[in-house]
Amino acid sequence: MTEHSRLIKVGRVVPWVGFRTLLYKEVMRFWKVSFQTVMAPVLNAVLFLLIFSHVLDRHVTVYGDIGYTAFLVPGLVMMSLLQNAFANSSSSLIQSKITGNIIFVMLPPLSYREFYAAYVIASILRGLFVGVGVLLVSVPFVELHMAYPLWVLMFAVLGGAILGSLGVIAGIWADKFDQLAAFQNFLIMPLTMLSGVFYSIHSLPQVWQDVSHANPFFFMIDGFRYGFFGQSDVSPWLSLGVVSICFVLLAAITLAMLARGYKLRA
Amino acid sequence: MTIPAIRIASVTKHYGQLQALGGVDLDIEQGEFFGLLGPNGAGKTTLISSLAGLVRPDGGTIEIMGHDVVTDYRNARRNLGVVPQELVFDPFFNVRELLRIQSGYFGIRGNDDWIDEILASLDLTAKAGSNMRSLSGGMKRRVLVAQALVHRPPVIVLDEPTAGVDVELRQGLWQFVRKLNRDGHTIVLTTHYLEEAEALCGRIAMLKAGKVVALDTTDNLLRRFATHSLRVRLERPEAVQGLGGAVVEGGWIEFGFESFDQVEQLLARLREAGAGMSEMQLGEPDLERVFIEVMNRD
Repeated sequence: MTEHSRLIKVGRVVPWVGFRTLLYKEVMRFWKVSFQTVMAPVLNAVLFLLIFSHVLDRHVTVYGDIGYTAFLVPGLVMMSLLQNAFANSSSSLIQSKITGNIIFVMLPPLSYREFYAAYVIASILRGLFVGVGVLLVSVPFVELHMAYPLWVLMFAVLGGAILGSLGVIAGIWADKFDQLAAFQNFLIMPLTMLSGVFYSIHSLPQVWQDVSHANPFFFMIDGFRYGFFGQSDVSPWLSLGVVSICFVLLAAITLAMLARGYKLRA
Repeated sequence: MTIPAIRIASVTKHYGQLQALGGVDLDIEQGEFFGLLGPNGAGKTTLISSLAGLVRPDGGTIEIMGHDVVTDYRNARRNLGVVPQELVFDPFFNVRELLRIQSGYFGIRGNDDWIDEILASLDLTAKAGSNMRSLSGGMKRRVLVAQALVHRPPVIVLDEPTAGVDVELRQGLWQFVRKLNRDGHTIVLTTHYLEEAEALCGRIAMLKAGKVVALDTTDNLLRRFATHSLRVRLERPEAVQGLGGAVVEGGWIEFGFESFDQVEQLLARLREAGAGMSEMQLGEPDLERVFIEVMNRD
Protein backbone atom coordinates (compact mmCIF):
# COMPACT_ATOMS: atom_id res chain seq x y z
CA MET A 1 0.00 0.00 0.00
CA THR A 2 1.39 3.40 -0.88
CA GLU A 3 1.80 6.13 1.69
CA HIS A 4 -0.99 8.06 -0.02
CA SER A 5 -3.49 5.26 -0.24
CA ARG A 6 -3.43 4.80 3.52
CA LEU A 7 -4.80 8.32 3.73
CA ILE A 8 -7.78 7.60 1.52
CA LYS A 9 -10.70 6.64 3.68
CA VAL A 10 -14.20 6.07 2.55
CA GLY A 11 -16.34 8.89 3.96
CA ARG A 12 -18.01 8.32 7.34
CA VAL A 13 -21.14 6.32 6.73
CA VAL A 14 -24.30 7.00 8.73
CA PRO A 15 -26.94 4.22 8.78
CA TRP A 16 -30.25 4.87 6.99
CA VAL A 17 -28.93 7.97 5.24
CA GLY A 18 -28.91 6.12 1.91
CA PHE A 19 -32.56 5.17 2.21
CA ARG A 20 -33.58 8.61 3.44
CA THR A 21 -31.72 10.27 0.60
CA LEU A 22 -33.40 8.09 -2.02
CA LEU A 23 -36.77 8.85 -0.43
CA TYR A 24 -35.94 12.58 -0.39
CA LYS A 25 -34.88 12.45 -4.04
CA GLU A 26 -38.07 10.64 -5.05
CA VAL A 27 -40.25 13.12 -3.15
CA MET A 28 -38.38 16.11 -4.60
CA ARG A 29 -38.69 14.61 -8.07
CA PHE A 30 -42.48 14.98 -8.00
CA TRP A 31 -42.55 18.04 -5.76
CA LYS A 32 -40.39 20.07 -8.13
CA VAL A 33 -43.01 19.54 -10.82
CA SER A 34 -46.01 19.59 -8.47
CA PHE A 35 -48.07 21.58 -10.94
CA GLN A 36 -48.07 18.50 -13.12
CA THR A 37 -47.91 15.79 -10.47
CA VAL A 38 -50.26 17.16 -7.80
CA MET A 39 -52.27 20.11 -9.09
CA ALA A 40 -53.28 18.56 -12.42
CA PRO A 41 -54.74 15.37 -10.90
CA VAL A 42 -56.62 17.49 -8.36
CA LEU A 43 -58.11 19.51 -11.21
CA ASN A 44 -59.09 16.29 -13.01
CA ALA A 45 -60.90 15.07 -9.92
CA VAL A 46 -62.68 18.39 -9.52
CA LEU A 47 -63.93 18.16 -13.10
CA PHE A 48 -65.33 14.70 -12.38
CA LEU A 49 -66.93 16.08 -9.22
CA LEU A 50 -68.52 19.03 -10.99
CA ILE A 51 -69.92 17.01 -13.85
CA PHE A 52 -71.20 13.98 -11.93
CA SER A 53 -72.56 15.92 -8.98
CA HIS A 54 -74.37 18.35 -11.30
CA VAL A 55 -75.95 15.52 -13.28
CA LEU A 56 -76.71 13.03 -10.53
CA ASP A 57 -76.90 14.70 -7.13
CA ARG A 58 -80.63 15.25 -7.15
CA HIS A 59 -81.40 11.85 -8.62
CA VAL A 60 -79.31 9.43 -6.63
CA THR A 61 -78.93 8.75 -2.94
CA VAL A 62 -76.78 6.02 -1.49
CA TYR A 63 -76.81 4.17 1.85
CA GLY A 64 -80.26 5.64 2.54
CA ASP A 65 -79.74 9.34 3.12
CA ILE A 66 -76.29 10.12 1.76
CA GLY A 67 -76.33 12.47 -1.24
CA TYR A 68 -74.52 11.41 -4.40
CA THR A 69 -71.89 14.17 -4.22
CA ALA A 70 -70.98 13.21 -0.67
CA PHE A 71 -70.79 9.55 -1.77
CA LEU A 72 -68.66 10.46 -4.77
CA VAL A 73 -65.97 12.53 -3.00
CA PRO A 74 -64.24 9.73 -1.04
CA GLY A 75 -64.25 7.58 -4.18
CA LEU A 76 -62.64 10.36 -6.20
CA VAL A 77 -60.10 11.01 -3.45
CA MET A 78 -59.11 7.35 -3.37
CA MET A 79 -59.11 6.98 -7.15
CA SER A 80 -56.78 9.99 -7.52
CA LEU A 81 -54.59 8.73 -4.70
CA LEU A 82 -54.25 5.28 -6.26
CA GLN A 83 -53.60 6.49 -9.79
CA ASN A 84 -50.96 8.95 -8.66
CA ALA A 85 -49.23 6.49 -6.37
CA PHE A 86 -48.89 4.20 -9.38
CA ALA A 87 -47.77 7.04 -11.65
CA ASN A 88 -45.06 8.12 -9.23
CA SER A 89 -42.98 4.99 -8.92
CA SER A 90 -43.65 3.76 -12.46
CA SER A 91 -42.77 7.03 -14.21
CA SER A 92 -39.73 7.63 -12.05
CA LEU A 93 -38.32 4.20 -12.80
CA ILE A 94 -39.03 4.14 -16.51
CA GLN A 95 -37.60 7.64 -16.97
CA SER A 96 -34.49 6.67 -15.04
CA LYS A 97 -34.11 3.47 -17.05
CA ILE A 98 -34.59 5.14 -20.41
CA THR A 99 -32.35 8.12 -19.69
CA GLY A 100 -29.79 5.86 -18.00
CA ASN A 101 -29.59 7.81 -14.74
CA ILE A 102 -30.83 4.73 -12.84
CA ILE A 103 -27.11 3.91 -12.64
CA PHE A 104 -26.75 6.54 -9.88
CA VAL A 105 -29.09 4.49 -7.70
CA MET A 106 -27.59 1.15 -8.72
CA LEU A 107 -23.96 1.98 -7.95
CA PRO A 108 -24.32 3.00 -4.27
CA PRO A 109 -24.59 0.50 -1.42
CA LEU A 110 -28.38 0.61 -1.19
CA SER A 111 -30.13 -2.67 -0.47
CA TYR A 112 -33.10 -3.79 -2.55
CA ARG A 113 -35.31 -3.36 0.53
CA GLU A 114 -34.23 0.27 0.89
CA PHE A 115 -34.82 0.75 -2.81
CA TYR A 116 -38.34 -0.69 -2.54
CA ALA A 117 -39.23 1.22 0.61
CA ALA A 118 -38.05 4.57 -0.78
CA TYR A 119 -39.98 4.25 -4.06
CA VAL A 120 -43.14 2.99 -2.39
CA ILE A 121 -43.17 5.55 0.44
CA ALA A 122 -42.63 8.37 -2.07
CA SER A 123 -45.57 7.00 -4.05
CA ILE A 124 -47.75 6.92 -0.94
CA LEU A 125 -46.78 10.51 -0.18
CA ARG A 126 -47.65 11.72 -3.66
CA GLY A 127 -50.95 9.83 -3.45
CA LEU A 128 -51.69 11.44 -0.08
CA PHE A 129 -50.84 14.93 -1.37
CA VAL A 130 -53.20 14.49 -4.30
CA GLY A 131 -55.88 12.86 -2.11
CA VAL A 132 -55.76 15.68 0.44
CA GLY A 133 -55.86 18.18 -2.44
CA VAL A 134 -59.02 16.60 -3.87
CA LEU A 135 -60.58 16.51 -0.41
CA LEU A 136 -59.81 20.20 0.18
CA VAL A 137 -61.21 21.41 -3.12
CA SER A 138 -64.39 19.40 -2.56
CA VAL A 139 -65.12 21.29 0.67
CA PRO A 140 -67.18 24.01 -1.09
CA PHE A 141 -69.32 21.36 -2.79
CA VAL A 142 -70.25 19.05 0.04
CA GLU A 143 -70.19 18.75 3.80
CA LEU A 144 -68.20 15.66 4.72
CA HIS A 145 -67.43 14.11 8.11
CA MET A 146 -65.00 11.34 8.74
CA ALA A 147 -66.68 8.75 10.93
CA TYR A 148 -63.48 6.77 11.39
CA PRO A 149 -60.36 8.78 10.39
CA LEU A 150 -58.02 5.90 11.23
CA TRP A 151 -59.77 3.64 8.72
CA VAL A 152 -59.45 6.40 6.16
CA LEU A 153 -55.72 6.74 6.81
CA MET A 154 -55.17 2.98 6.90
CA PHE A 155 -56.84 2.39 3.52
CA ALA A 156 -55.14 5.45 2.01
CA VAL A 157 -51.70 4.21 3.06
CA LEU A 158 -52.34 0.58 2.11
CA GLY A 159 -53.87 1.56 -1.23
CA GLY A 160 -50.94 3.89 -1.96
CA ALA A 161 -48.50 1.11 -1.02
CA ILE A 162 -50.24 -1.40 -3.31
CA LEU A 163 -50.24 0.97 -6.28
CA GLY A 164 -46.72 2.16 -5.47
CA SER A 165 -45.59 -1.49 -5.58
CA LEU A 166 -47.47 -2.07 -8.83
CA GLY A 167 -45.73 1.04 -10.17
CA VAL A 168 -42.32 -0.39 -9.24
CA ILE A 169 -43.21 -3.67 -10.98
CA ALA A 170 -44.46 -1.85 -14.09
CA GLY A 171 -41.54 0.58 -14.14
CA ILE A 172 -39.02 -2.24 -13.95
CA TRP A 173 -40.85 -4.50 -16.39
CA ALA A 174 -41.55 -1.91 -19.08
CA ASP A 175 -38.77 -1.15 -21.54
CA LYS A 176 -40.68 1.59 -23.34
CA PHE A 177 -43.17 4.27 -22.40
CA ASP A 178 -45.92 2.63 -24.46
CA GLN A 179 -45.57 -0.60 -22.48
CA LEU A 180 -46.04 1.40 -19.31
CA ALA A 181 -49.00 3.22 -20.85
CA ALA A 182 -50.54 -0.18 -21.71
CA PHE A 183 -50.13 -1.28 -18.08
CA GLN A 184 -51.79 1.93 -16.95
CA ASN A 185 -54.59 2.07 -19.53
CA PHE A 186 -55.49 -1.62 -19.74
CA LEU A 187 -55.06 -2.62 -16.11
CA ILE A 188 -54.93 0.22 -13.61
CA MET A 189 -57.50 2.51 -15.21
CA PRO A 190 -60.28 -0.10 -15.78
CA LEU A 191 -59.78 -1.65 -12.33
CA THR A 192 -60.04 1.82 -10.76
CA MET A 193 -63.00 2.99 -12.79
CA LEU A 194 -64.92 -0.26 -12.18
CA SER A 195 -64.24 -0.32 -8.47
CA GLY A 196 -67.27 1.57 -7.28
CA VAL A 197 -65.82 5.07 -7.37
CA PHE A 198 -68.93 6.41 -9.07
CA TYR A 199 -71.57 3.99 -7.77
CA SER A 200 -72.45 1.58 -5.01
CA ILE A 201 -72.15 -1.97 -6.28
CA HIS A 202 -75.60 -2.64 -4.80
CA SER A 203 -76.95 -0.64 -7.73
CA LEU A 204 -75.49 -3.24 -10.13
CA PRO A 205 -77.05 -6.52 -11.30
CA GLN A 206 -75.95 -9.49 -9.19
CA VAL A 207 -73.49 -10.76 -11.79
CA TRP A 208 -71.63 -7.46 -11.87
CA GLN A 209 -71.67 -7.32 -8.10
CA ASP A 210 -69.92 -10.71 -8.12
CA VAL A 211 -67.42 -9.51 -10.71
CA SER A 212 -66.73 -6.43 -8.59
CA HIS A 213 -65.76 -8.68 -5.71
CA ALA A 214 -62.90 -10.00 -7.83
CA ASN A 215 -61.52 -6.47 -8.16
CA PRO A 216 -59.16 -5.60 -5.29
CA PHE A 217 -59.62 -1.90 -6.08
CA PHE A 218 -63.26 -2.24 -5.03
CA PHE A 219 -62.17 -3.21 -1.51
CA MET A 220 -59.74 -0.27 -1.32
CA ILE A 221 -62.46 2.20 -2.28
CA ASP A 222 -65.16 0.58 -0.19
CA GLY A 223 -63.00 0.40 2.93
CA PHE A 224 -61.85 3.98 2.44
CA ARG A 225 -65.45 5.12 2.06
CA TYR A 226 -66.38 3.26 5.24
CA GLY A 227 -64.01 5.57 7.10
CA PHE A 228 -66.17 8.53 6.03
CA PHE A 229 -69.72 7.19 6.38
CA GLY A 230 -69.45 4.24 8.71
CA GLN A 231 -71.32 2.34 6.01
CA SER A 232 -70.02 0.27 3.12
CA ASP A 233 -70.99 -2.30 0.50
CA VAL A 234 -69.05 -5.07 2.28
CA SER A 235 -67.63 -5.43 5.78
CA PRO A 236 -64.65 -3.09 6.29
CA TRP A 237 -62.82 -5.97 7.93
CA LEU A 238 -63.19 -8.02 4.78
CA SER A 239 -61.89 -5.05 2.76
CA LEU A 240 -58.98 -4.63 5.15
CA GLY A 241 -58.16 -8.34 4.87
CA VAL A 242 -58.26 -8.33 1.06
CA VAL A 243 -56.24 -5.12 0.80
CA SER A 244 -53.65 -6.34 3.31
CA ILE A 245 -53.22 -9.65 1.50
CA CYS A 246 -52.87 -7.82 -1.82
CA PHE A 247 -50.20 -5.58 -0.34
CA VAL A 248 -48.24 -8.47 1.15
CA LEU A 249 -48.38 -10.40 -2.14
CA LEU A 250 -47.34 -7.45 -4.27
CA ALA A 251 -44.60 -6.43 -1.85
CA ALA A 252 -43.25 -9.99 -1.94
CA ILE A 253 -43.32 -10.07 -5.75
CA THR A 254 -41.66 -6.66 -6.02
CA LEU A 255 -38.98 -7.50 -3.46
CA ALA A 256 -38.27 -10.79 -5.22
CA MET A 257 -37.86 -8.95 -8.54
CA LEU A 258 -35.52 -6.42 -6.95
CA ALA A 259 -33.54 -9.08 -5.09
CA ARG A 260 -32.98 -10.92 -8.38
CA GLY A 261 -32.07 -7.67 -10.09
CA TYR A 262 -34.75 -8.38 -12.71
CA LYS A 263 -34.09 -6.05 -15.69
CA LEU A 264 -31.91 -3.87 -13.47
CA ARG A 265 -28.79 -5.95 -12.85
CA ALA A 266 -28.04 -8.16 -15.85
CA MET B 1 0.63 -8.70 2.40
CA THR B 2 -1.33 -5.83 0.87
CA ILE B 3 -4.76 -6.65 -0.44
CA PRO B 4 -5.24 -5.80 -4.11
CA ALA B 5 -7.48 -2.88 -4.98
CA ILE B 6 -9.35 -5.22 -7.32
CA ARG B 7 -9.18 -9.00 -7.42
CA ILE B 8 -10.98 -10.74 -10.25
CA ALA B 9 -10.87 -14.54 -10.09
CA SER B 10 -12.19 -16.86 -12.82
CA VAL B 11 -15.07 -14.57 -13.71
CA THR B 12 -17.41 -15.81 -16.41
CA LYS B 13 -20.50 -14.24 -17.90
CA HIS B 14 -22.78 -15.38 -20.70
CA TYR B 15 -25.65 -13.54 -22.34
CA GLY B 16 -27.60 -16.45 -23.80
CA GLN B 17 -25.19 -18.23 -26.14
CA LEU B 18 -22.76 -15.31 -26.19
CA GLN B 19 -19.75 -15.59 -23.91
CA ALA B 20 -19.01 -12.07 -22.67
CA LEU B 21 -16.36 -13.09 -20.12
CA GLY B 22 -14.58 -16.40 -20.40
CA GLY B 23 -12.75 -16.87 -17.11
CA VAL B 24 -11.03 -13.58 -16.37
CA ASP B 25 -8.32 -13.51 -13.71
CA LEU B 26 -6.82 -10.17 -12.82
CA ASP B 27 -5.32 -8.48 -9.79
CA ILE B 28 -4.95 -4.70 -9.76
CA GLU B 29 -2.77 -3.40 -6.97
CA GLN B 30 -3.51 -0.37 -4.83
CA GLY B 31 -2.21 2.87 -6.29
CA GLU B 32 -1.95 1.53 -9.85
CA PHE B 33 -3.02 3.42 -12.97
CA PHE B 34 -4.36 0.46 -14.88
CA GLY B 35 -5.58 0.30 -18.46
CA LEU B 36 -8.22 -2.11 -19.67
CA LEU B 37 -8.14 -2.24 -23.45
CA GLY B 38 -9.90 -4.21 -26.11
CA PRO B 39 -11.97 -3.85 -29.24
CA ASN B 40 -15.74 -3.32 -29.06
CA GLY B 41 -17.40 -6.44 -27.71
CA ALA B 42 -14.25 -7.67 -25.96
CA GLY B 43 -15.97 -7.63 -22.57
CA LYS B 44 -14.57 -4.43 -21.04
CA THR B 45 -17.93 -2.93 -20.14
CA THR B 46 -19.22 -6.29 -18.85
CA LEU B 47 -16.15 -6.58 -16.64
CA ILE B 48 -16.51 -3.03 -15.32
CA SER B 49 -20.24 -3.53 -14.79
CA SER B 50 -19.43 -6.70 -12.84
CA LEU B 51 -17.08 -4.72 -10.59
CA ALA B 52 -19.84 -2.20 -9.99
CA GLY B 53 -22.52 -4.81 -9.30
CA LEU B 54 -24.51 -3.81 -12.39
CA VAL B 55 -23.90 -7.21 -13.94
CA ARG B 56 -23.93 -10.47 -12.03
CA PRO B 57 -21.27 -12.87 -13.25
CA ASP B 58 -22.22 -16.53 -13.81
CA GLY B 59 -19.08 -17.71 -12.03
CA GLY B 60 -15.98 -16.54 -10.22
CA THR B 61 -15.49 -13.83 -7.63
CA ILE B 62 -14.66 -10.15 -7.61
CA GLU B 63 -13.33 -8.21 -4.64
CA ILE B 64 -12.87 -4.47 -4.26
CA MET B 65 -10.35 -3.65 -1.54
CA GLY B 66 -10.94 -7.12 -0.14
CA HIS B 67 -14.74 -6.91 -0.16
CA ASP B 68 -16.70 -9.34 -2.30
CA VAL B 69 -19.00 -7.45 -4.68
CA VAL B 70 -21.86 -9.90 -4.03
CA THR B 71 -21.62 -11.05 -0.44
CA ASP B 72 -20.20 -7.80 0.95
CA TYR B 73 -21.60 -5.45 -1.69
CA ARG B 74 -22.08 -2.50 0.65
CA ASN B 75 -18.38 -2.23 1.51
CA ALA B 76 -17.31 -3.13 -2.02
CA ARG B 77 -19.43 -0.31 -3.49
CA ARG B 78 -18.29 2.19 -0.86
CA ASN B 79 -14.73 1.58 -2.04
CA LEU B 80 -15.54 2.05 -5.71
CA GLY B 81 -16.32 5.11 -7.82
CA VAL B 82 -17.46 4.59 -11.39
CA VAL B 83 -17.55 7.23 -14.12
CA PRO B 84 -19.98 5.80 -16.66
CA GLN B 85 -19.41 5.95 -20.38
CA GLU B 86 -22.77 7.52 -21.27
CA LEU B 87 -23.54 11.16 -20.49
CA VAL B 88 -26.39 10.46 -18.11
CA PHE B 89 -27.91 12.88 -15.63
CA ASP B 90 -30.99 13.57 -13.56
CA PRO B 91 -32.75 16.60 -15.05
CA PHE B 92 -34.62 17.48 -11.86
CA PHE B 93 -31.62 18.75 -9.90
CA ASN B 94 -28.75 21.19 -10.08
CA VAL B 95 -25.12 20.16 -9.78
CA ARG B 96 -24.78 20.73 -6.04
CA GLU B 97 -28.07 18.96 -5.29
CA LEU B 98 -26.95 15.98 -7.37
CA LEU B 99 -23.65 15.74 -5.51
CA ARG B 100 -25.40 16.00 -2.14
CA ILE B 101 -27.87 13.32 -3.16
CA GLN B 102 -25.09 11.07 -4.43
CA SER B 103 -23.24 11.55 -1.12
CA GLY B 104 -26.42 10.61 0.72
CA TYR B 105 -26.81 7.40 -1.28
CA PHE B 106 -23.42 6.38 0.08
CA GLY B 107 -24.59 7.16 3.61
CA ILE B 108 -22.67 10.44 3.91
CA ARG B 109 -24.20 13.62 5.32
CA GLY B 110 -22.68 17.10 5.64
CA ASN B 111 -20.32 16.49 2.72
CA ASP B 112 -20.29 20.08 1.46
CA ASP B 113 -16.61 20.76 2.19
CA TRP B 114 -15.53 17.83 0.05
CA ILE B 115 -18.14 18.69 -2.61
CA ASP B 116 -16.73 22.24 -2.78
CA GLU B 117 -13.24 20.81 -3.18
CA ILE B 118 -14.30 18.52 -6.02
CA LEU B 119 -16.22 21.33 -7.72
CA ALA B 120 -13.16 23.57 -7.53
CA SER B 121 -10.82 20.84 -8.80
CA LEU B 122 -13.07 20.17 -11.77
CA ASP B 123 -13.65 23.88 -12.44
CA LEU B 124 -17.36 23.50 -11.74
CA THR B 125 -17.79 25.95 -8.85
CA ALA B 126 -19.53 28.52 -11.04
CA LYS B 127 -21.97 25.86 -12.23
CA ALA B 128 -22.89 24.48 -8.80
CA GLY B 129 -26.36 26.04 -8.94
CA SER B 130 -27.01 25.20 -12.60
CA ASN B 131 -29.43 22.53 -13.68
CA MET B 132 -27.74 19.67 -15.49
CA ARG B 133 -29.82 20.32 -18.60
CA SER B 134 -28.14 23.69 -19.09
CA LEU B 135 -24.57 22.32 -19.04
CA SER B 136 -22.43 21.54 -22.07
CA GLY B 137 -21.38 17.96 -22.78
CA GLY B 138 -17.94 18.57 -21.32
CA MET B 139 -19.40 20.04 -18.14
CA LYS B 140 -21.76 17.10 -17.80
CA ARG B 141 -18.79 14.76 -18.14
CA ARG B 142 -17.03 16.60 -15.31
CA VAL B 143 -20.12 16.29 -13.13
CA LEU B 144 -20.08 12.52 -13.76
CA VAL B 145 -16.50 12.46 -12.49
CA ALA B 146 -17.54 14.51 -9.46
CA GLN B 147 -20.41 12.13 -8.73
CA ALA B 148 -17.99 9.20 -8.76
CA LEU B 149 -15.78 10.95 -6.20
CA VAL B 150 -18.28 12.21 -3.61
CA HIS B 151 -17.67 9.27 -1.27
CA ARG B 152 -13.85 9.44 -1.65
CA PRO B 153 -13.50 5.96 -3.12
CA PRO B 154 -9.99 4.49 -3.10
CA VAL B 155 -10.71 2.77 -6.42
CA ILE B 156 -11.96 4.76 -9.40
CA VAL B 157 -13.08 3.26 -12.69
CA LEU B 158 -13.29 5.50 -15.75
CA ASP B 159 -15.17 3.91 -18.62
CA GLU B 160 -14.08 5.74 -21.76
CA PRO B 161 -14.23 9.13 -20.07
CA THR B 162 -12.88 11.09 -23.03
CA ALA B 163 -15.17 9.72 -25.73
CA GLY B 164 -16.43 12.74 -27.66
CA VAL B 165 -14.60 15.20 -25.41
CA ASP B 166 -12.63 18.14 -26.80
CA VAL B 167 -8.86 18.38 -26.44
CA GLU B 168 -8.85 21.05 -23.74
CA LEU B 169 -11.24 19.17 -21.48
CA ARG B 170 -9.39 15.93 -22.11
CA GLN B 171 -6.12 17.47 -20.97
CA GLY B 172 -7.77 18.96 -17.88
CA LEU B 173 -9.42 15.68 -17.05
CA TRP B 174 -6.18 13.71 -17.32
CA GLN B 175 -4.38 16.26 -15.17
CA PHE B 176 -7.02 15.78 -12.50
CA VAL B 177 -7.02 11.98 -12.76
CA ARG B 178 -3.21 11.93 -12.55
CA LYS B 179 -3.45 13.98 -9.37
CA LEU B 180 -5.97 11.50 -7.94
CA ASN B 181 -3.57 8.70 -8.76
CA ARG B 182 -0.67 10.57 -7.12
CA ASP B 183 -2.88 11.00 -4.05
CA GLY B 184 -3.11 7.22 -3.85
CA HIS B 185 -6.33 6.41 -5.70
CA THR B 186 -6.24 3.32 -7.83
CA ILE B 187 -7.38 4.20 -11.34
CA VAL B 188 -8.80 1.76 -13.86
CA LEU B 189 -9.24 3.22 -17.31
CA THR B 190 -10.86 1.93 -20.44
CA THR B 191 -10.34 3.94 -23.57
CA HIS B 192 -10.19 3.61 -27.32
CA TYR B 193 -7.51 6.31 -27.42
CA LEU B 194 -4.44 4.10 -27.15
CA GLU B 195 -2.01 6.99 -26.95
CA GLU B 196 -3.81 8.09 -23.77
CA ALA B 197 -3.50 4.63 -22.25
CA GLU B 198 0.19 4.53 -23.21
CA ALA B 199 0.86 7.90 -21.61
CA LEU B 200 -1.13 7.31 -18.44
CA CYS B 201 -1.23 3.63 -17.54
CA GLY B 202 1.55 1.85 -15.71
CA ARG B 203 0.05 -1.56 -16.48
CA ILE B 204 -2.35 -2.73 -19.12
CA ALA B 205 -4.62 -5.70 -19.71
CA MET B 206 -5.93 -6.40 -23.18
CA LEU B 207 -9.19 -8.23 -23.55
CA LYS B 208 -10.33 -10.16 -26.57
CA ALA B 209 -13.54 -12.18 -26.77
CA GLY B 210 -13.94 -12.07 -23.00
CA LYS B 211 -10.43 -13.23 -22.16
CA VAL B 212 -7.26 -11.47 -21.03
CA VAL B 213 -4.85 -11.93 -23.94
CA ALA B 214 -2.07 -9.63 -22.71
CA LEU B 215 -1.23 -8.36 -19.24
CA ASP B 216 1.94 -6.54 -18.38
CA THR B 217 3.46 -3.18 -17.62
CA THR B 218 3.10 -0.73 -20.48
CA ASP B 219 6.89 -0.67 -20.95
CA ASN B 220 7.13 -4.45 -21.12
CA LEU B 221 4.27 -4.65 -23.60
CA LEU B 222 6.00 -2.13 -25.82
CA ARG B 223 9.25 -4.06 -25.55
CA ARG B 224 7.74 -7.49 -26.00
CA PHE B 225 5.38 -6.92 -28.85
CA ALA B 226 6.16 -3.84 -30.86
CA THR B 227 9.09 -3.44 -33.17
CA HIS B 228 10.85 -0.18 -33.96
CA SER B 229 10.55 1.02 -37.50
CA LEU B 230 12.70 2.81 -40.00
CA ARG B 231 10.90 4.76 -42.69
CA VAL B 232 12.74 5.89 -45.75
CA ARG B 233 11.87 7.79 -48.91
CA LEU B 234 13.96 6.50 -51.80
CA GLU B 235 14.92 7.82 -55.24
CA ARG B 236 14.84 4.25 -56.63
CA PRO B 237 12.37 2.27 -54.56
CA GLU B 238 12.48 -0.64 -56.99
CA ALA B 239 16.10 -1.24 -55.98
CA VAL B 240 15.16 -2.49 -52.49
CA GLN B 241 12.78 -5.25 -53.52
CA GLY B 242 13.49 -8.32 -51.44
CA LEU B 243 14.79 -6.38 -48.43
CA GLY B 244 11.53 -6.80 -46.52
CA GLY B 245 10.26 -3.23 -46.60
CA ALA B 246 6.61 -2.35 -46.89
CA VAL B 247 5.26 0.57 -48.85
CA VAL B 248 3.17 2.81 -46.59
CA GLU B 249 1.33 6.05 -47.22
CA GLY B 250 3.09 9.00 -48.89
CA GLY B 251 5.57 6.85 -50.82
CA TRP B 252 7.46 5.90 -47.67
CA ILE B 253 8.89 2.44 -47.29
CA GLU B 254 8.93 1.02 -43.79
CA PHE B 255 11.29 -1.56 -42.35
CA GLY B 256 10.78 -3.12 -38.93
CA PHE B 257 13.61 -3.99 -36.55
CA GLU B 258 13.90 -5.15 -32.97
CA SER B 259 17.27 -3.74 -31.92
CA PHE B 260 19.18 -0.68 -33.03
CA ASP B 261 22.25 -2.62 -34.25
CA GLN B 262 20.01 -3.91 -37.03
CA VAL B 263 19.59 -0.34 -38.34
CA GLU B 264 23.19 -0.07 -39.40
CA GLN B 265 22.98 -3.31 -41.38
CA LEU B 266 19.79 -2.15 -43.01
CA LEU B 267 21.28 1.19 -44.05
CA ALA B 268 24.33 -0.60 -45.47
CA ARG B 269 22.09 -2.83 -47.59
CA LEU B 270 20.16 0.19 -48.87
CA ARG B 271 23.43 1.86 -49.80
CA GLU B 272 24.70 -1.29 -51.55
CA ALA B 273 21.46 -1.51 -53.51
CA GLY B 274 21.96 2.09 -54.70
CA ALA B 275 18.46 3.09 -53.61
CA GLY B 276 19.36 6.77 -53.07
CA MET B 277 17.80 7.76 -49.75
CA SER B 278 16.21 11.24 -49.76
CA GLU B 279 14.50 11.19 -46.31
CA MET B 280 14.55 9.00 -43.21
CA GLN B 281 12.42 8.67 -40.03
CA LEU B 282 12.83 6.45 -36.98
CA GLY B 283 9.58 5.22 -35.47
CA GLU B 284 9.23 4.35 -31.78
CA PRO B 285 7.09 1.37 -30.84
CA ASP B 286 3.63 2.47 -29.75
CA LEU B 287 0.69 0.87 -28.04
CA GLU B 288 -1.38 0.92 -31.18
CA ARG B 289 1.07 -1.46 -32.84
CA VAL B 290 1.10 -3.64 -29.73
CA PHE B 291 -2.68 -3.65 -29.68
CA ILE B 292 -2.98 -4.61 -33.33
CA GLU B 293 -0.34 -7.30 -32.97
CA VAL B 294 -1.98 -8.78 -29.86
CA MET B 295 -5.45 -8.70 -31.38
CA ASN B 296 -4.26 -10.34 -34.58
CA ARG B 297 -2.65 -13.26 -32.79
CA ASP B 298 -5.00 -16.20 -32.66
